[in-house]
Amino acid sequence: MKFFVTLDEIRDPDHPAVGGKAFALSRLKRSGFRIPHSICVPAWVYDAFVEESGLRERIMLELNRKDLKEMRWEEIWDAGLRIRSMFLTKSLPGKMEASLREALDFHFPQNPVAVRSSSPQEDSATSSFAGLHESFINVHGAQSILDHIRLVWASLWSDASLLYRQELGLEVHRSSMAVLIQELIHGACSGVLFSRNPNDPSQVVLEAVHGLNQGLVDGQIEPDRWLIDRDSKRIVFHRAPERKLHFVPLGSGVRAVHLPQNLALSPPLEEAQVQSLLRLALQMEDSMGSPQDVEWTLHGESILVLQSRPITTLPSGSEKDQRKWYLSLRRSFENLQELRQRIEEVLIPAMTGEYEAMTALPLSQLPDGELAREIEHRQEAEKKWTNVYWDEFIPFAHGMRLFGQVYNDTMRPADPYEFLRLLGNSSLESLQRNDRLEKMASMVRQQKDIETLLREGRYLEAPSEFVERIQEFMNRFGDLSCPVTGVVQCTQGPDGLIRIILELARHPRESTLSAHQDAVELQKNFLSVFEGDELERARALLDLGRASYRLRDDDNIHLSRMESLKIAALMEAQKRLEIQGKLDLDGPTTEKIKKSFQEIPSLQPFPSSTRSSPQTPPGVKPRQLVGQPAGPGIARGRARVIGHSSNLQEFTHGEVLVCDAVDPNMTYVVPLASAIVERRGGMLIHGAIIAREYGLPCVTGVPDATRWIETGDLVTVDGFLGIVSVGSQSITESD
Amino acid sequence: MIHKNPLREQLQELLMSQRLAVLSTHHEGQPYTSLVAFAATANLSPIVFATPRTTRKFHNLKKDHRVALLVDNRSNTEKDFNEAIAATAIGVAQEVHEKESPELYELYLTKHPCLEGFVRSQSCAMLQVLVHKYLVVNHFQNVFQLKVVP
Repeated sequence: MKFFVTLDEIRDPDHPAVGGKAFALSRLKRSGFRIPHSICVPAWVYDAFVEESGLRERIMLELNRKDLKEMRWEEIWDAGLRIRSMFLTKSLPGKMEASLREALDFHFPQNPVAVRSSSPQEDSATSSFAGLHESFINVHGAQSILDHIRLVWASLWSDASLLYRQELGLEVHRSSMAVLIQELIHGACSGVLFSRNPNDPSQVVLEAVHGLNQGLVDGQIEPDRWLIDRDSKRIVFHRAPERKLHFVPLGSGVRAVHLPQNLALSPPLEEAQVQSLLRLALQMEDSMGSPQDVEWTLHGESILVLQSRPITTLPSGSEKDQRKWYLSLRRSFENLQELRQRIEEVLIPAMTGEYEAMTALPLSQLPDGELAREIEHRQEAEKKWTNVYWDEFIPFAHGMRLFGQVYNDTMRPADPYEFLRLLGNSSLESLQRNDRLEKMASMVRQQKDIETLLREGRYLEAPSEFVERIQEFMNRFGDLSCPVTGVVQCTQGPDGLIRIILELARHPRESTLSAHQDAVELQKNFLSVFEGDELERARALLDLGRASYRLRDDDNIHLSRMESLKIAALMEAQKRLEIQGKLDLDGPTTEKIKKSFQEIPSLQPFPSSTRSSPQTPPGVKPRQLVGQPAGPGIARGRARVIGHSSNLQEFTHGEVLVCDAVDPNMTYVVPLASAIVERRGGMLIHGAIIAREYGLPCVTGVPDATRWIETGDLVTVDGFLGIVSVGSQSITESD
Repeated sequence: MIHKNPLREQLQELLMSQRLAVLSTHHEGQPYTSLVAFAATANLSPIVFATPRTTRKFHNLKKDHRVALLVDNRSNTEKDFNEAIAATAIGVAQEVHEKESPELYELYLTKHPCLEGFVRSQSCAMLQVLVHKYLVVNHFQNVFQLKVVP
């Protein structure tokens, strides 16, 4: 049995089986266009694979864990990662593998190839979703090509595909994927042609870069751009960018490297070549019967067509459609490295500098007018840094995802989240805070008289070393009475902090943070796979992943400190209003300050859910709720449902933390908790990160967790399977 | 999805649509299951079924009237993992007679007219299960409990 077809063998009825990309290339080849040597693994091979391996059912189970509409992008990304891991760890059926291996050895004995998706849903005239599925460039040898075929298949279920599932008509039972394997042509320059400019149909658009066109296609390299009049063949516009990089095949993959000086100064195409490409665009449009979007490369004197599809663009969607933004979070290694440098060397120091300057300002000594100006200044600073958080800090979180993907591709672990064990223990701010709490608890444990003083509300009479620690803690992290790090006396004063210290003192943790003993071994195994340049890159990627993991938690604490300084200024104004009855300001300014104070969002109760939470129907009780396993282990305890920051201070040892969304500002109670349950889903969110740091069972993505579970409910958290059982296991019990 | 209050409606639909249930009894601690044709009222309780008096299940029920009944809508395909609903009714069974409870006989025979001869035979008993609560499983692992008000 033959599990592939050559381009010459493809006929019109084969279109659905070979997908848009392979079908278009076969037509162009028959019409005489030069195409790199290619074969296609049709979609029915995908079907046979998922059927025989049982993957179809597993994909269905994964995607039906929760209504996709209710999943956040992070959860969709997680689902895509788990499905990718299923494809990676399932080998091809024997006959299929033997046949494909033979074909690959015959057609591509020495040459590196590109392994491209050719989805039957993609590239049709009515819907073009170029780029939603994966393609891999510079793949060597039959084994690696076979692995990459499975990765292309898996990309049918990538986060990008799942986000656009409606437009793609994605269905587990119907959807399928063909794969195009194409000889890699290392062209001197490459690019993209639009036979009709979408903004001006009288023009052809031509973009070109030196080397491979990877950087152009994913937006990393700005190309030279020409607009050419279709009738007169005249170049009406040429934009020459600053040319710095080009993509070349390197190792197994492609890399951006600096352009030699002579290439950097010259456009990738001469005028005659521009004209040849213009002719090619017009001929292809003629041949295919519709305007075409063509990827090409120039090899010697020949222009080769790499792929061609009808011109369409991703639907722009409404303003509420955030999918493009989500997809923009998937960034390249180079881009993330630049981002890291900017965050670590520019943004965090600038932010720290700003809040240190604000902290040094004696608010109580400012005249009312200056206080009003300071409030405004702090409000603007908070707004500015919130924007930075969304635009730069959040995208940097993709660093750990990128590391995870490379780790899984390389190591193929049974647990697709094994990579997190290498990233953890990276001295998170929240762990440093918890460490200080533990040190104070340890003092209380050793000196019983401190405990007595604390219980009697006389902490100021404790030994000076303890009082200094408390005050230093409050200066940096606040008194824990607010859901904002750094706010002192938000509602109740230091009583909450002292209560938590007493509770921690009563229940010493056995060596916490021991979950990473195997990290050294995992790191050694991972790095041992690489050599030379690749080893350096793997090390750099691991380092990037760790920085990304750290910032994912720290950024909220940094931002929260900024917010706390604004709150402190507003509280000072509020205090003066209460004492003096008025501020020495004009009416509107006073009103504005009063309003701002009332509207401080973090002083409001935690939102119970982003959606409306109707009342629990009478007589109905949950017995078992399913989420995502986000921290391994099983624990049982009474639930403490967090609806307000004051609930955190009531937290007692052994309780299960149940909340809508764990914020690093809340995680000081985690050393007391036996498990964590969260409505918000994902494996890389704060709740999951901190649970793993403390080795606690954790289940995230439990729909309406805070609605179904009540404080005091007995819950069993199964962090292996992602199941939360509520109530007693006994069926005869009267609950 | 069991979110607002569709649990009751979902159960009613399940009980109306299904013809057979798995009855669980026990004999001295040894569990025993049987497939029975059942009918349920819109109030979700009682559930009625008929059985010959000579059967093991009837014998077991005379010793201990506590039962569990499983009703589900599985199709025996892989879709079941996501789409099937299974409900376990927990309650107690007791025999009823047509004279005192003609409506239960009518309910049963309307659903299973082909069983008329069986039901009217002298050796056949009609039992009603007074349900205390249901445990409903959907989406493979989600489990909710509904208490039935008598």
